[in-house]
Amino acid sequence: MNIHEYQAKELFEKFGVATPRGKVAETAAEAKAAAVEIGSNIVVKAQVHAGGRGKGTFKNGFQGGVHLVQTPDEAAEIATQMMGQVLVTHQTGEEGKLVSKVMIADAVDIEKEYYLAILMDRESRSPVIVASTEGGVNIEEVAEQTPDKIFHEVIHPLLGLQPYEIRNISSKLGFRGDIAKQFGKLLKGLFRLFMECDCSMVEVNPLVTTPDGRVLALDAKFDFDDNALYRHPEIAALHDPSEEDPREVEAAKYDLNYIGLDGNIACLVNGAGLAMATMDIIKHCGGEPANFLDVGGGASQEQVRNAFKIILADPKVKAILVNIFGGIMDCDVIAKGIVAACQEVDLNIPLVVRLEGNNVAAGKATLASSSVALVSADTLADAAAKAVQAIAV
Amino acid sequence: MAILVDENTKILVQGITGSFGGRHAQLSLDYGTQLVAGVTPGKGGQTFADKVPIFDSVADAVAETGATVSAIFVPPPFAADAVLEAVDAGVDLAVVITEGIPVMDMMRVRAAMLGKKTRLIGPNCPGLVTPGRGEGSNGGCRIGIAPGYIHKRGKVGVVSRSGTLTYEAVWQLTNLGLGQSTSVGIGGDPINGTSHLDILKMFNEDPETEAIIMIGEIGGSAEEEAAAWAKDNCQKPMAAFIAGATAPPGRRMGHAGAIVSGGKGTAAAKIAALREAGIEVAENPSDMGQALVRAMG
Repeated sequence: MNIHEYQAKELFEKFGVATPRGKVAETAAEAKAAAVEIGSNIVVKAQVHAGGRGKGTFKNGFQGGVHLVQTPDEAAEIATQMMGQVLVTHQTGEEGKLVSKVMIADAVDIEKEYYLAILMDRESRSPVIVASTEGGVNIEEVAEQTPDKIFHEVIHPLLGLQPYEIRNISSKLGFRGDIAKQFGKLLKGLFRLFMECDCSMVEVNPLVTTPDGRVLALDAKFDFDDNALYRHPEIAALHDPSEEDPREVEAAKYDLNYIGLDGNIACLVNGAGLAMATMDIIKHCGGEPANFLDVGGGASQEQVRNAFKIILADPKVKAILVNIFGGIMDCDVIAKGIVAACQEVDLNIPLVVRLEGNNVAAGKATLASSSVALVSADTLADAAAKAVQAIAV
Repeated sequence: MAILVDENTKILVQGITGSFGGRHAQLSLDYGTQLVAGVTPGKGGQTFADKVPIFDSVADAVAETGATVSAIFVPPPFAADAVLEAVDAGVDLAVVITEGIPVMDMMRVRAAMLGKKTRLIGPNCPGLVTPGRGEGSNGGCRIGIAPGYIHKRGKVGVVSRSGTLTYEAVWQLTNLGLGQSTSVGIGGDPINGTSHLDILKMFNEDPETEAIIMIGEIGGSAEEEAAAWAKDNCQKPMAAFIAGATAPPGRRMGHAGAIVSGGKGTAAAKIAALREAGIEVAENPSDMGQALVRAMG
């Protein structure tokens, strides 16, 4: 799960991570009031979950999702231009994202930009701190071009961040004296935040030093472990469904694992690995998958019905491939779910069904005796070929 | 022989009174597995299916029944505690079926397990099966949630990160007349107990296993590590399949571990590493069984 920049700032403040003053605003009046509080040198930032905001363009023609202003009136004016508008950046895709909030923050002067992140590293099974003297840029490019400018510190999973580790990172970033001390406090707070909030990643890019001798986290990107949200209701509450694909939001309601893609052959599969493999074989046969959809190992008839409705609501979908390996799961349950869904929604595109496993004979009989027009397939390859063929005709 | 477990292995189930754990405990009993105990705190003294004693603690269950393996079906918030309890009771193997355990919990559990004798498989895995010699492979050791009947006792070792995709592979093998020594699902989470490489080494040492099929997916570098080792050390023919070639980067494909990030963990890189190691790679998931046939020559 991701959060907005203003929410990240609130978390930083709670954990003692130094960050420029800032407030979120939902109206021009709020933007103006926030700007009055902050003074001069104000930055107005559109709040969407996407990078590249500064270079983005609004669909109404307004340029840039990040603006520097000097007065509260200007802040209100810019906020008015942004709010209710759709911002397109290199990360949003051409559909863009609706801006309903802006952040008004202190535009600090920057002496130098750095990079700082903490992530859960699967190889070392530990939190790893990643830091670089090259900040404000794409860290993957730094890693590729100048790997010697990136430093890693693996932190013990049970002992946590030690003072000598802070000194190591601080010295590699070239911090001395009071700056090093401030950085130590910031990193300690950031690490505590990472652990206590079950983050899988927190990235501060850039971390900056200012001419007046401060170290500040200027922008942040968070990723939280979805599996741990049950014990962080305050973080789960930061979830903003308007930032996600509406199909995915709908699927989540029914505990379905759905990811929208750009192709036209929808798939409905039980199990994540098999769902990925089904996408792969569609591509292998010359088609393009419209989605990833895992109904889970023990899907109910109701889930299958809802999964079908989500698939059919997508106008790009020209054929459906159902691939079920009913290990323990009863194939007849799936079959009944398919029939129920097709009775509710008007199925006017080809449907290819491959059922295998537990109670498969009953499942096939249920499908055969229903009025649903479908193509039955015996193997995974057969099913994919038939789905691709159905579209070609 | 097979690996890790055989028809004589005594297992216990933590979370046997839950609907999920209970259902699969019954299926394991039906399969002929030596399921000797259940554990649910507060329900000690009761019995499961009129014959399996339930204990309050893993330590009690182990002391009373001699169980050496625990299958863990405990819900996510309590799963880490359940694993630590099994480790403390000294079981040889803890198999965690539970899906949705916070990564931080598994990180701490793994750190706490250093130097202990218990091996962990999972979490978020289908478990493992050493097929029996009876009809529908009955009489084997089934730990977890895999369907028993799709198996057949034989000479192919199966290791996979997935659930249903493993069943698909096993089913293809069985239909080709290729039985399995043991089929192990290591789970789809980013931090797990046992890697592809760990299982590969066991199959390589197991006299009953004559060929190996490894099923991986996008994310991490476990398949690459296994391939690098296999290149110089594996003495048995190997086939592999990697799921997720069409998955978009940056998206978590159901399994928490199945994500391509920063250009790492792609299917293409994994397939290249496997081929480089001389492993026969299935072109598509329908070709897994045939790929092994080709590998075996």
